[in-house]
Amino acid sequence: MVLLKMKFNQQRRVRLAQGLWLLSWLAVMSGTFVFCLGVYLKTELVRRAEVMDNTEIHVVPNILMMVGLASIGTNWVASRVCQDSLDASRFPRWKVLLLAWFAVAALICCLLLAVVVLSYALQGRLEESLKVGLRNGIRFYKDTDVPGRCFQKETIDRLQMEFRCCGNSNFKDWFEVQWVNNRYLDFTAKDVKDRVRSNVDSRYLLDGVPFSCCNPASPRPCLQYHLTDNNAHYSYDFHSEELNLHHRGCRQALTDYYMDLMNSTGPGVLSVILIQVSVLLSMRYLQTAIEGAMALESPEGDSEGYLLEKGVKETFEDLKAQVLVMLKFDQAEAKAADVCPEAAEAEKGADNAAEKAASPPPPS
Amino acid sequence: MAVLRVKFTKTKRDKLAQVLWILNWISVVTGAILFSLGLFLKVELNKREELMADRNIQYVPNMLIAVGLIACAINFLGGKICYDCVDSTKFLRWKLIMLPYITCCFFFTFCVLVGALMCYSMRGELEESLRLGLTEAMGFYKDTDTPGRCFLKRTVDMLQIEFQCCGNNGYRDWFQIQWVSSRYLDMSQKEVVDRLRSNVEGKYLVDGVPFSCCNTDSPRPCIQHQITNNSAHFSYEHQREMLNLWMKGCRQALLEYFTHIMQSIGLTVLIIWLFELSVLTGVRFLQTSLENVLRQGDPESDSDGWLLENSLMETARINLNIIKSLGKCNQIDTGSNGDPNIDVPSSSKACYGPDNVPLKQSPEAS
Repeated sequence: MVLLKMKFNQQRRVRLAQGLWLLSWLAVMSGTFVFCLGVYLKTELVRRAEVMDNTEIHVVPNILMMVGLASIGTNWVASRVCQDSLDASRFPRWKVLLLAWFAVAALICCLLLAVVVLSYALQGRLEESLKVGLRNGIRFYKDTDVPGRCFQKETIDRLQMEFRCCGNSNFKDWFEVQWVNNRYLDFTAKDVKDRVRSNVDSRYLLDGVPFSCCNPASPRPCLQYHLTDNNAHYSYDFHSEELNLHHRGCRQALTDYYMDLMNSTGPGVLSVILIQVSVLLSMRYLQTAIEGAMALESPEGDSEGYLLEKGVKETFEDLKAQVLVMLKFDQAEAKAADVCPEAAEAEKGADNAAEKAASPPPPS
Repeated sequence: MAVLRVKFTKTKRDKLAQVLWILNWISVVTGAILFSLGLFLKVELNKREELMADRNIQYVPNMLIAVGLIACAINFLGGKICYDCVDSTKFLRWKLIMLPYITCCFFFTFCVLVGALMCYSMRGELEESLRLGLTEAMGFYKDTDTPGRCFLKRTVDMLQIEFQCCGNNGYRDWFQIQWVSSRYLDMSQKEVVDRLRSNVEGKYLVDGVPFSCCNTDSPRPCIQHQITNNSAHFSYEHQREMLNLWMKGCRQALLEYFTHIMQSIGLTVLIIWLFELSVLTGVRFLQTSLENVLRQGDPESDSDGWLLENSLMETARINLNIIKSLGKCNQIDTGSNGDPNIDVPSSSKACYGPDNVPLKQSPEAS
């Protein structure tokens, strides 16, 4: 039972070839679009690489870039095939290549679908990576004199100002780390000595935040220090003060930013998948229609185009049988090599005959 | 003696017309570019309008927008004319319009040059406008409860963060104004009352700056308050501390930003002006050569093209005479005591032509 048969006369074949040529160039452009998307996403992720712990999320833009390049090449080949399809002398040389072409095109579609799924599935991993990265950044904020960590202060300050966020989950994260370097602390002052003695690790902890947490939209000049002490500032209530500092944690802000980025590219990637699938199907119809026409006595006559020569189940069974025979063939060869060469050759001959009898002619 | 006389064969004329057709369409595109450059400058100026005092700087982007639109229209018409010029019968349609068109084009090209030069001359006005505007904005920084001025705090803070600058000329400008609103001052404290009494206007002045002046490159947590007091902070010397706050003034930062934009726009407009000038020259040559062809009568023959029929001085003299005689036509001849019935021979031939005109043979209809 042939799958989705369609009749093609000469004029329809010509139209199909022309339409497919245009469609494949459209697919080349959409491949370029996917590649550029991948490059943009990668640069955005690399820009904030200092606050991320691992690079697992980079698999999304990497796949996009690879698929973009592969799609450009594949669809360019498709346009060449279309150009040659109406010339009976030039078309047969593409026969073998077309099988590989279908496999690559199907792989591209699957990878694009996988990218869409991955961009949602990796959200949790991204959050984890940001959590660890930001925690390290906040911890090393004060180490502006340690080589390798001296830029953490600038990175965190710029991040907090640009994304309007403060701390990891919220501003209270700053209360738990020492973010003032020891070289700016006067250890002879009573206040400093008290604070350092008040905790086990001898850290100078205070209920204050860096200036980059300040919210420019606040009507009041920024209050950075003694945040939990209502008496330290005139007309100030710590619990009801909402506009003084940025509310959001930086982990949440960055996750939202990257998720928005990947979600907004979702419709674009889905339409690219649609274009690629239609190129695939049209190419299959063109191939079967042209080959049918070449097999006729008069090449100008009507031919049939179809997706699969047999039904889906039967084609699947055929493929499975072919693959199994190929596997058995390899296994038999390996066993015979242990025994003796002549016996192996005799088996090889018998296997060949069996293979020829068992496997039906492959769909052209 | 013609200015820049060039001989044109038929093929040369046709080629010139075709090339000019393409160039005119490219000029339409450059006109669109001019328009978008003017629009971009207008948007950028409007973005910062809260920080600029009311000055006449909007005329530059408006001029660029107008010139861009006119360029599109003129070059579109020019394209149509040049397209028709290949065929000498179609040229007759445009014959009368071409000279006024070229004159308009000449004045328009002059406007483009003026537009380019205005971009460079805007700097002085802009600096004055920014100085006044920033002083005003900083003065209203604390007025977050006054409707109409409540967003100035946010604007100034975002400006200082984005352009990495502090104050008008430097951070000391903040020492001279009260930037803390009175509603956050505890009037019962002695220190506050002392500060308020210490100056004539009763302002709460501090040697501190808002948080947006803090430099992100500083290795030390930002010191915003008691900046001039060395003993208030550990291991701190206010004269030597360069990295704590932004050192640049916001007026200079904004001026540099806008000057950079306007220099790029000015350069682009100058290049467009040169291009328009070359198109205008080409159209003038085409017009004169086609008119000479019509005068000679044979459409296939060679003809001369020139920029001006006579030398520059003679052309100027002829045009001045025409303008003078136009004026004379309107005056009443006072030779006969003002009596219009007495016949007085006309002294200006330019008005009605000479009296003795020999009979002309009627030309063959072509």
